[in-house]
Amino acid sequence: MSVRVIDAPTDSALARRFGLERTLTLVARLREVGILLVLLAVVAIVTIQAPLFFSVSNFEQILLNVSLIAIVAVGQTTVVLTRNVDLSVGSMVGLVAFATGDLLKENTLGVPGAIAVGCLLGLGLGAFNGLLVAVAKVPAIVATLGTLYVYRGLDFLVAGGKQVSAIDLPRDYLGIATSSVLGIPTLIVAAALIALVAAYLLRNSGAGRELYAIGSNPAAAEVVGIPTHRLIFGAFVVCGLCAGIAGVLWGSRFGSVNALAASGLELQVIAAVVVGGVNIFGGSGTVIGAVLGAILLATIENALRILHLSEFWLLAIDGAIILLAVGTDAAIRGYFQRILTRTGRR
Amino acid sequence: MRWRRGSQFALAGMTILVVAACGGGEGGGGASPATLNIAFLPKAVNNPYFDVAASGGQEAATALSGTFKQVGPSEATGAAQIPFIQTLTQQNVSAIVVSADDPDAIAPALKQAMQKGIKVVGYDSSPAKDARNVFINQADTKAIGVSQVAMVCDEIPGCAGDIAVLSATSTATNQNAWIQAMKDELASNSKYSGLKLVKVAYGNDDPQVSTTETQALLTSYPNLKGIISPTTVGISAAAQVLEQTGKAGKVQLTGLGTPNLMRKYVKDGTCKEFALWNVKDLGYLAYYTAALLVQGKIKGNPSEKFTAGRLGEYTIDANGVVLLGPPFVFKADNIDQLNF
Amino acid sequence: MRVRVLGLIRRWETLLVVLLIGFVVLGSSLSPYFLSASNFSDLTSNLMEKAIMALPLALVIIAGEIDLSVESMLGLASALLGFTYALGWPLWLDIPLVLVVGAMGGLLNGVLVTRAGLPSLVVTLGTLALYRGLASVVLGPRSVSGWPEWFTNFGFAYVPGTLIPWPLLVFATLALAFLFVLHRTWIGRHIYAMGKNKQAARYSGIDVAKLKTYLFILSGVLSALAGVILTARFSSARADNGQGFVLDVVTSVLLGGVNIFGGEGTIVGVVLAIFVIGVLRNGLTLADVSPDTQSVAVGALLILSVAGPTLVRRISAAWPRRQLTSPVSNS
Repeated sequence: MSVRVIDAPTDSALARRFGLERTLTLVARLREVGILLVLLAVVAIVTIQAPLFFSVSNFEQILLNVSLIAIVAVGQTTVVLTRNVDLSVGSMVGLVAFATGDLLKENTLGVPGAIAVGCLLGLGLGAFNGLLVAVAKVPAIVATLGTLYVYRGLDFLVAGGKQVSAIDLPRDYLGIATSSVLGIPTLIVAAALIALVAAYLLRNSGAGRELYAIGSNPAAAEVVGIPTHRLIFGAFVVCGLCAGIAGVLWGSRFGSVNALAASGLELQVIAAVVVGGVNIFGGSGTVIGAVLGAILLATIENALRILHLSEFWLLAIDGAIILLAVGTDAAIRGYFQRILTRTGRR
Repeated sequence: MRWRRGSQFALAGMTILVVAACGGGEGGGGASPATLNIAFLPKAVNNPYFDVAASGGQEAATALSGTFKQVGPSEATGAAQIPFIQTLTQQNVSAIVVSADDPDAIAPALKQAMQKGIKVVGYDSSPAKDARNVFINQADTKAIGVSQVAMVCDEIPGCAGDIAVLSATSTATNQNAWIQAMKDELASNSKYSGLKLVKVAYGNDDPQVSTTETQALLTSYPNLKGIISPTTVGISAAAQVLEQTGKAGKVQLTGLGTPNLMRKYVKDGTCKEFALWNVKDLGYLAYYTAALLVQGKIKGNPSEKFTAGRLGEYTIDANGVVLLGPPFVFKADNIDQLNF
Repeated sequence: MRVRVLGLIRRWETLLVVLLIGFVVLGSSLSPYFLSASNFSDLTSNLMEKAIMALPLALVIIAGEIDLSVESMLGLASALLGFTYALGWPLWLDIPLVLVVGAMGGLLNGVLVTRAGLPSLVVTLGTLALYRGLASVVLGPRSVSGWPEWFTNFGFAYVPGTLIPWPLLVFATLALAFLFVLHRTWIGRHIYAMGKNKQAARYSGIDVAKLKTYLFILSGVLSALAGVILTARFSSARADNGQGFVLDVVTSVLLGGVNIFGGEGTIVGVVLAIFVIGVLRNGLTLADVSPDTQSVAVGALLILSVAGPTLVRRISAAWPRRQLTSPVSNS
């Protein structure tokens, strides 16, 4: 029989009442449903104002814009669950994007080869992060802030002020972004697949659930015998891989790549993750939530444009949403805490 | 114990000051008049347009036995250009040839350089008038605006509908001047009464931002008939988006671009025509003018005439501006003629 | 025990001084223009806004929180200054107004973190976006120039007769004030206590919520001040002023020996670190190394600087030692 240790008083009280599995599920579903409701509300309001918002092609556009961020958000969630964070994702995506673009320009390895190298590069970059955090014990914020600088700098060194333009890239590669699978754009399918696989693994595999345990209470996790260092290392590798995949697809989506690609992506991704209900202190949250968070933010951006509202409001609204999301989380937890205290359970 | 910390700080501070004071004072006197050490500072370095201009500058440098180098920020902002100007001033170059992201932000730094005896020549996009000796304008501002509108009218069936502009950064002098010229032309010329400018979007000369801005334009203005993008990064990003979304041919595209980047799109009809000028010549003329200023052969005064190597004779106008020549229109039948 | 612990701290700052001198030597070997008063003057004036923001951020991090919104508050301040100035309001009114807005922004951060109990990383991430967004709403894509000469001189010129930029005087005064408060007053001791152990601090009677809120307000005000100075230096108010600064500011604080988890760090270390990074970047720039490539060096420096002390801390944790700044010393 395995022992699970949970930290927050709310969760433990709920856990004793409903059992661990159902508690985690309950909290997660609550959040996901919440985002879906807000999403539907936004769609409804905007459609009334501007009917052309509600069209397949527009929704497709939104999902396409989200697809790359969602892939990176999956990796980021994995890391955040363990009570860490990866600030270098933007630089990783940018470096892989340019490296892949460059390889395709020279066409030495062909399209599949370049893609494979790009993914491997992402894996490697993530592994370096993992080494810093899990082995050298550098706090994640600091380590990944450092690698944010280092990877971006390497990107500029490799790029040497040049860019890769659409005319340099092979047709089949560019075609990835415009092709579809059963009528749904390939990028969306890819992002959905990655999210679903990650969600399944996190929930149903031993390693996945141990990640949650590490985030909830790292000390206890160690005591119980969970190989925390190995798992944290693994989480960063997964994050790097996701960034690598997004980087590989970047050139196809945007047509040209320069050394500035994906600058600032990390903030967008963390925003999506936070809005999606993933606790920044680790231990709770789901990949699906993070993806929904990304979709919500992208929908709002799209809505602003359709309504011809000044896009200058976009950033302010994003910030307000983050604050609202985190505030709501805290309020909900506080509410449950008060209820359970009142009913005599501690 | 605390005073020991404080004294360490003081020690460090004094070390720096002493070292600095013993160091070479103002970093050496001015370069000798015969030395031509000229640096180009474009809006940003990741930009193929400026690379072509740089090749022209290099050509002039070789012809005049001077040295050439190009430095610049990776992001096209005025704030990012300032440290480069300061560095070049420290390095005591003979002249700085600069294309301004923000004419006012870089003015104080440029004036400091000028005070040290360094000549400042603007090219492509002018710094504030009192912060440069001469400005090399690639083509008449009004002519560019007029021709852009004329081209988009040509391309759109019936010359009627919504049009948008995809510009570079919001503060770039040249962009704003051209856009104003376009607006004036649209307002004053009855031929364009059917065209309506619905939006000016800013792509910041970044391919990614230009891509997302173009996508946003297509989303928010479904009746859009034409896009004018007077920036090489913008027009190629817009062309790519139009092809990807299948809107090529339905939404017309024109602007300013380089033939190599746009060749494919002209041939397949995404962008039927666009304009530019000989960018290499722009760089060549800029370098030459700077060199003549350094050598004291011209002063930068209005009505001064000079000969710029293989390009011939030029005159400085009342505002200290030198005009390179008229814009050149690229279409399918002539796009193979030039290679840059 | 005390001597050994103090020796540890002294070693970190000594290391920074060594690094500083080392980079000065490196810079002078890379370029003949490095060792000149005017170069150091340029280098310093480029650093001042970040330096001013780093001071309160150091206190915030020592207290156990973080404030990522500093660069956006700088931008908002710049945008507001430009906006009000363009309306015709005189500067003696605009500048204090902007500082008050900075305080309000800091207050929002403080309240959300202390009263609502939200993690500061996420709150200030949200306000990083919110304040920058508000800056865009206020000023849009335009820039405001045409400032009075005294204002631009303050930002860009020097104290007459010397090569000292005016903002350096502002920074030096602030740095001395911070040095005094953090290391010589009860406020400083309380800040360290909060960072080391929030609960214990509260039980000792420290009003953690109030003090942390004040620190966030301070951070907001000084970020706004940095915004005013930046606007003066660039002669241009823009909504995107200061974009990207937060990384350098946080790096300076961490490189200066401040523990990301709180409870440790000194002002001297932070000031030294600011100049270490500044000198390194300047030396490389004069050698025509692009700023983006320089990032590799800065990033590596950051990582090494933390991996180092973390190791040292782990080793010294094996020895019994006292709290560094606790006024009550137990053996």
